Amino acid sequence: MAKAELMNYEQALEQFEVVIGLEVHVELNTNTKMFCGCKNEFGNEPNTNVCPICIALPGALPAVNKTAVESSIKIGLALGCEIAPTGRFARKNYFYPDLAKNFQTSQYDEPIAFEGSLDVEVPSGKVHTVLIERAHMEEDAGKLTHIGGSTGRIQGAEYSLVDYNRAGVPLVEIVTKPVYGAGAEAPELAAAYVRSIREIVKGLGVSDARMERGNVRCDANVSLRKHGAEKLGTRTETKNVNSLRSIERAVRYEIQRQAHILANGGTIIQETRHWHEDKGATSAGRPKSDADDYRYFPEPDLVPVQPSRELIEALRATLPEKPADRRKRLAGEWGFSELEFRDVVNADLLDQIEETVTAGAKPQAARKWWMGELARIANESEEGAVPNITPAQVAELAKLIEDGKINDRLAREVLGYVLAGEGSPAEIVAARGLEVVSDDGALIAAIEAALASQPDVIPAIREGRMQAAGQVIGAVMKAMAGSADAARVRELLIEMANK
Amino acid sequence: MSEITPDLVRHLAGLARILVSDEEVEQFTKQLSLIADSVAHVSKAIDADTPSTSHPIAMANVFREDVVEPSLSQAEALSGAPDSAEGRFKVNAILDEE
Ligand SMILES: [Zn+2]
Repeated sequence: MAKAELMNYEQALEQFEVVIGLEVHVELNTNTKMFCGCKNEFGNEPNTNVCPICIALPGALPAVNKTAVESSIKIGLALGCEIAPTGRFARKNYFYPDLAKNFQTSQYDEPIAFEGSLDVEVPSGKVHTVLIERAHMEEDAGKLTHIGGSTGRIQGAEYSLVDYNRAGVPLVEIVTKPVYGAGAEAPELAAAYVRSIREIVKGLGVSDARMERGNVRCDANVSLRKHGAEKLGTRTETKNVNSLRSIERAVRYEIQRQAHILANGGTIIQETRHWHEDKGATSAGRPKSDADDYRYFPEPDLVPVQPSRELIEALRATLPEKPADRRKRLAGEWGFSELEFRDVVNADLLDQIEETVTAGAKPQAARKWWMGELARIANESEEGAVPNITPAQVAELAKLIEDGKINDRLAREVLGYVLAGEGSPAEIVAARGLEVVSDDGALIAAIEAALASQPDVIPAIREGRMQAAGQVIGAVMKAMAGSADAARVRELLIEMANK
Repeated sequence: MSEITPDLVRHLAGLARILVSDEEVEQFTKQLSLIADSVAHVSKAIDADTPSTSHPIAMANVFREDVVEPSLSQAEALSGAPDSAEGRFKVNAILDEE
């Protein structure tokens, strides 16, 4: 794949206005699929969660999952949408083996939710209002694996293998109206919007919302136009952007790529593009063609969905706190500085820190671990890997420090063992005997040994020069391989000096 | 007042992956025109306020509870497949999206 030429980002923004549009697919965490009673579960043996309906055997008839409809209404309400008093399903016809029916059951002219809006805060602190066009119900497709060929990708593949376990899993597709005026912040806004959607669906409990498993997927539309121009530019739709960081990078890349083409008199082709995380670039997929004539028509096998006012209001009453309100509340409760709090949000660690605090840790201690040592470990491991530790374990670690059972150095050692799967911090401290030595007898012996070679220290402390104690504390620490209780060593030294 | 043209028929045949001869295109153009014209008569019988109908029976909200029902076994699922491998349906590689 030849890397396209890019215009410098600042230059691109000087010349063009950026317009983005986002389509987010949310996989619902219902027990069963959208139109059949097969299990909706990730990671099972291929083609074991399938039935005549989801592999389209002749005569099979779909039946709508009531919980999936309610979850879709909740998402619509949380996005401030109107809920359609009547809506129907439609067939989106296309030939591709990821669905056995040769059509996807979706919604077309009558989506369940429409006309909403979402306030999204970007890293600079600015809040953008993103208008929601619609949210509609549909089904996910099966998973294809391309076999043969040199790269393992579709080009050059000899055949493909299909697993229909995911076919028919309920999806809600949320589509924004074109988003104007984000300027240089358009990439950050795109990522922050998806983060907000993820927080909402997680907060609603309607999706597991794990991006690495494809529970939340984003297609990003990007187009450019000259400042002041009325007509929208031709847009590209970048698919396969499945982490927040990728979304930001992909939008930024498309802005620079399109700017270079337009500034050199070229035209943008309306096409699907694929994001390649490893190369940090998009590549051209299929251009718009005849095959995109999906011939939508009302699904004859399903009757309309007409949620009553009572049902809608009952669901509205179950909505949890809005993400923006939650942030405001947590910022107040935790007492972080504005910058500290924003860093936590942007690092995507709000949930972990909240759960760690709920498990008993002090907010600052929880922040320190997740933003410090654990973030460092995550960065050094493979892309996006979440450290193998629970918020409860982090809280336990923080508590051990607070109680003086271990010091910071020992805590980092304990953390290493937790990540290696040896158990909880308290178990590891007990099993490996890692508690700090605060036994006065052992400490006094070590202090006396250190003082023997540093006879000036005690007189110095007597004169009030406390910094002299540092040398002895350091020597004791070294002698006891870091497991001495430094605070206790200091106390003992002062006691000895005052005798 | 149909606008069924031979090109439209070819386009539809292409979308449906059906190979049609020139004679068939001519024949289908006439037949589809007749059908479209007949359907167009219906619009004379209704006014703009008539709600659209997508189902012959006036019925709504037929739901299934979100309760797991038994699925097919992998062997049953694959039993009708022309070809399979590794517990999955085997299909020709189709040059399309990744
Ligand atoms: Zn099924």
